[in-house]
Amino acid sequence: MSTVLDGLSLGAIYALIALGYTMVYGIAKMLNFAHGDIIMVGAYAIFVTLAAGGHVGIALLVAVLMCVVFGIVIEKVAYRPLRGASPLAVLITAIGVSYLLQSVAQIIFGAKAQTVSIVSFGTVKIASAEISVSSLITLVVGAVIMAALTLFVKNTRTGRAMLAVSEDRGAAQLMGINVNRIIMITFAIGSALAAFASIFYLMQIPSTEPTLGSMPGIKAFTAAVIGGIGSIPGAMIGGVLLGVIEKICLSVPVLAPYTTAVEFAMLILILLVRPIGLLGKKRREKV
Amino acid sequence: MSEVVLKTENLGISFGGLKAVDNVNIEIKRKQLYGLVGPNGAGKTTVFNLLTGVYQPTTGCFYLNGEKLTGKTQEQINHKGIARTFQNIRLFNNMSVIRNVLVGLHNQPEFKCNPFVSLLRLPRHFKVEKAMRERAKEILRIFDLEDERNNLACNLPYGKQRKLEIARALATNPKLLLLDEPAAGMNPHETEDLMNIIRRIRDEFDLTILLIEHDMKFVSGLCDEITVLNFGTVLAQGKTEDALNDPEVIKAYIGE
Repeated sequence: MSTVLDGLSLGAIYALIALGYTMVYGIAKMLNFAHGDIIMVGAYAIFVTLAAGGHVGIALLVAVLMCVVFGIVIEKVAYRPLRGASPLAVLITAIGVSYLLQSVAQIIFGAKAQTVSIVSFGTVKIASAEISVSSLITLVVGAVIMAALTLFVKNTRTGRAMLAVSEDRGAAQLMGINVNRIIMITFAIGSALAAFASIFYLMQIPSTEPTLGSMPGIKAFTAAVIGGIGSIPGAMIGGVLLGVIEKICLSVPVLAPYTTAVEFAMLILILLVRPIGLLGKKRREKV
Repeated sequence: MSEVVLKTENLGISFGGLKAVDNVNIEIKRKQLYGLVGPNGAGKTTVFNLLTGVYQPTTGCFYLNGEKLTGKTQEQINHKGIARTFQNIRLFNNMSVIRNVLVGLHNQPEFKCNPFVSLLRLPRHFKVEKAMRERAKEILRIFDLEDERNNLACNLPYGKQRKLEIARALATNPKLLLLDEPAAGMNPHETEDLMNIIRRIRDEFDLTILLIEHDMKFVSGLCDEITVLNFGTVLAQGKTEDALNDPEVIKAYIGE
């Protein structure tokens, strides 16, 4: 029971990050491998704010702000000039941005992991199971954010423009949509979600280092691919699935050392059966 | 009533050494239905691509209501009042019929709504959404698509997809509408229906329409003036009847 709940909450973190990957892929048609490092940016923003004596709420606000600014600046400086360039050029740029962020963080904060003095919420007893409160918060807030995002994309002017750009950028542009602006908004939303992911992540593991974003980033990317990259509900399902499997593996002593292997094996298996991911769109060839 | 809406001056573009469109001069007056015809590969769609900013002309320029639009981006040109449809339909296939039209309404200042306002679901968000939906339904009604507004665009039959594309372009509130083979693939009954719709939107929305079409009955039934292109240059221009009976035009179409 508590294992599943922990898994769901870890899954919510993966899902929040995966949404950033999947939305950027769907709308800007690029893999933003620097997305994981945005979590690291958020984590250090929280670390610094808390160290300066700020409240957790303020720390979260600062993290969201920093992540959004980083997301927008990275898009504008590194990716926008490459719009229309070969996808490989964009991909290698994204990897470069990722290393840049890690290196700069290392110069500023050092390579050593630093403890983040975040409040611990302890545990509550629900039906004889010990459940950590931070897991509950993560789960509930994560679910609310994802529901809000779904509504936003479906039922707002900006959301519809995002869908339109993802379907046919050229046609959207000819219908008067400013594609650069929509892509910027997408990066901003993805980065804001990553900021939430970083605070939830720190609530589970209260320590930050320059490479903090790598592993959750790769896991979330895996989740996005499992769910079908480009699909928003797919990223949520993929994230939750991966989180639950990770926690279940960790709770079985025989499997625990192989947890990561099990997760990536699952990716390979799912892609073998469904190369487009669980909810990915089939590309139909017109005859 | 004879004010000029679209004017092109020596409009031309070359790809490498090939002059795809060369020295095209067209003047279209307000509320006119104007035809652009010519054999395959004559450069008709390229002219549309020039007029919508997809390509930048290598020579010449064009004006909408006297304002020079050459050099502007696609969305700027759309905001200034030129909208188009596509030869091979390019709807947002996985979006519903009404959402396609709502995307078309995106560019209008009266429906501007800050994403934060939408995210927080403030009253303004609901007001704007409601107004947009009403407007979209009105437009769909003209095309007899209102009852299918919640279907996915890709599930519409071909003829209706063509109509939806016009509806979506109309939603951007253009002054000049460019229709690229609007009747392609339609049966005679649908074509007749489409001709009536085109006349109706011209009158109701005070539109000027430039259309590309291969169906000569459609062109002569609808357009009072045409330009005939061949190999990127103007072969004939003027009253539809005269231009179509021009010996050069007949030669270009069916050979000697």
